Amino acid sequence: MKIKLSGGRVVDPVGLKELEQDILIEDGVIVEVLSGDPDQVIDATGLAVLPGLVDPHTHLRDPGFEYREDIVSGTRAAVRGGITAVAAMPNTKPVVDNPAIVRFIIDKAKREGACKVLPVGAVSKNQDGKELAEIGLMAEAGIVAISDDGKPVLTADLMKKAIQYAAQFNLTVISHCEEPSLAEGGHMNEGLVSLELGLRGIPTIAEEIMVARDILVAEYVGLPVHLAHLSTAGSIELVRQAKARGVKVTCETCPHYFTLTEEACRDFNTSAKMNPPLRTQKDVDAIIAGLKDGTIDMIGTDHAPHHADEKQIEFGLANNGIIGFESSFALGYTYLVLPGHLTLPELVAKMSTRPAELLHQKMGRLEPGYPADITLVELHKPFMFDKNASASKARNTPYHGWMLRGQVKMTLCDGKVVFPW
Amino acid sequence: MQLRSKDLLGIKELSAEEINLILDTAETMKHVLSASSKKTAHLQGKSVVTLFYENSTRTRLSFEMASKFMGASSANISSSGSSINKGESLIDTVRTIDVMATDILIMRHSQSGAPHMIAPLIKASVVNAGDGMNEHPTQALLDLFTMRQHKGSLQGLEVAIVGDLLHSRVARSNLWALEKMGAKVRMAAPSTMLPKDLDKTPALVCPTVQDAVRGADVVMGLRVQLERQQKALYPSIREYARFFAIDDKTLQLAKPDAILMHPGPCNHGVEMPTSVYDGSQSVINEQVTNGVAVRMAILYLLSARRNG
Repeated sequence: MKIKLSGGRVVDPVGLKELEQDILIEDGVIVEVLSGDPDQVIDATGLAVLPGLVDPHTHLRDPGFEYREDIVSGTRAAVRGGITAVAAMPNTKPVVDNPAIVRFIIDKAKREGACKVLPVGAVSKNQDGKELAEIGLMAEAGIVAISDDGKPVLTADLMKKAIQYAAQFNLTVISHCEEPSLAEGGHMNEGLVSLELGLRGIPTIAEEIMVARDILVAEYVGLPVHLAHLSTAGSIELVRQAKARGVKVTCETCPHYFTLTEEACRDFNTSAKMNPPLRTQKDVDAIIAGLKDGTIDMIGTDHAPHHADEKQIEFGLANNGIIGFESSFALGYTYLVLPGHLTLPELVAKMSTRPAELLHQKMGRLEPGYPADITLVELHKPFMFDKNASASKARNTPYHGWMLRGQVKMTLCDGKVVFPW
Repeated sequence: MQLRSKDLLGIKELSAEEINLILDTAETMKHVLSASSKKTAHLQGKSVVTLFYENSTRTRLSFEMASKFMGASSANISSSGSSINKGESLIDTVRTIDVMATDILIMRHSQSGAPHMIAPLIKASVVNAGDGMNEHPTQALLDLFTMRQHKGSLQGLEVAIVGDLLHSRVARSNLWALEKMGAKVRMAAPSTMLPKDLDKTPALVCPTVQDAVRGADVVMGLRVQLERQQKALYPSIREYARFFAIDDKTLQLAKPDAILMHPGPCNHGVEMPTSVYDGSQSVINEQVTNGVAVRMAILYLLSARRNG
């Protein structure tokens, strides 16, 4: 199958430039020249052409919580958001802590998924924070990183062992930074709004203490660590200092940490309840500054689908998290590129090239030899984000009704049009 | 004038005019209470349900008395002995109550915001009888009513609130209410029981209980909420009592005509010694009586609004 994609404005996240050029695809791979006339011509006139987005932080809930999401619905939501590969966190039921479950996920994704699913294995057996999971066997089965996401790696000793052992299998630990003794029982950021709502607060230091710990551990062993979903100004400053002295630390943030503050929790709005919690404007400003100066390497969605009755309940009992696949690129474009914080190629690097590097995947570039994972985006027309049009099983998003720019029009995965369907 | 909302969810949602309306109406209701026949027809034919997910003596009984004095049909449910124990959700529970022709639902819940969540989903008026650490609006209103009866006006009044500020919905509701009515609030607590950013509210945060009480018109103690203590926030009861109680000596720092208040139930010898609780400045029992009058006023005003 030979495809010519022409007329679009191609965004190069590596050379950090945009140019009008054709993309040629043969048998699912980007090529320099086609071996004959194209079987299909895709007209991308007026659209931006990006490498398919790679999401380093997602929850597909499969196996175990299929009532919230499964590999089919999750990957359909992903491609609707221009995402062609998702790193799936292991807090499923059972936990992804052995090669059999890794194989189950990979097989199901290959058979039924709309895009690529990259399983992340657990750090510890059953994510209990005690003994290392079978990281080597899971690596053999196809995991792309390890994480106890959803929970912190409780002890510094286990974190040290995990970083060391995973590195031997060319895997990076993705750390969920949360000091439980400070965060426990909290439902939102600790501050004036939590005081006014009478909700228990989670202090910023609950995140920052673990950020500092993980940086020190990584520095001590001289190996990489990746810090997930950073939300506070203090965390960004710790990472900035660590990078300056050469620590192999990378980090990500999520669209909600640069578009929303704790104010969104007012009226006990559970669609603004997440962990780490939404913070203050000062933190939002620091996140944007960190994205700008390169302290923050990448953006992940932390796509966290929940059933309606897990969100439409008392705030303190509601589950943490929001769905993110279908709004993430538009939020990045509207809130980072349009105000001039990042260029479009810089945004695409943070949503595609850099996550692919973290997960050691040959993705995230529109270069010959790379898979034809391609996203076409309409950048100019504003659109209203409608949660009811979502392909996810879940509807827990705070962005319903927001006017955004950067709507995904078409997604190709391995040269196959996977959206629109 | 009538209340703007079908529900009474918190002081935060009320205007100063609405607070005055409730307090003025409660004056009338207090006369009813002191009459030999306590029956009125204000709620004749109305149905009032109390739904309590937490224990209560004063609040629950005073709501029940208030609705009975005014002729309403009233019923009670609590979590034990109902389908709540079978795991029925809050939403399903209140919808069930709603469709039994309930006019006013009075709810106490351990989760902040629980009444705010259900109010838009049901036809009945929702009265918040305490939600988590958020608000206890009817307590604040009866406290204001009591202060007004003793001090004439709330404007410029110096009110000291002392105790577990972190967990106290009574403290929060009083702070918001007193601010709206032009009173000044000073607060003191063990520093582990001070919510972060309290200094960004209108409250003056004092380093010691004595600093807060000095020169005050009203001194309010808060209950040490043993059931809400997740973590040990103070070393021992006796240490709390030694440094943070309102004892006779501390109370003497207030204005000579200062009144002493407590929302109850009181841990005698912890928040204050019995000598202070029962002392000449204590209006704690009056607060309880006023609670019935204020709740009569609230039920009447919500019901009047429903009648249009």
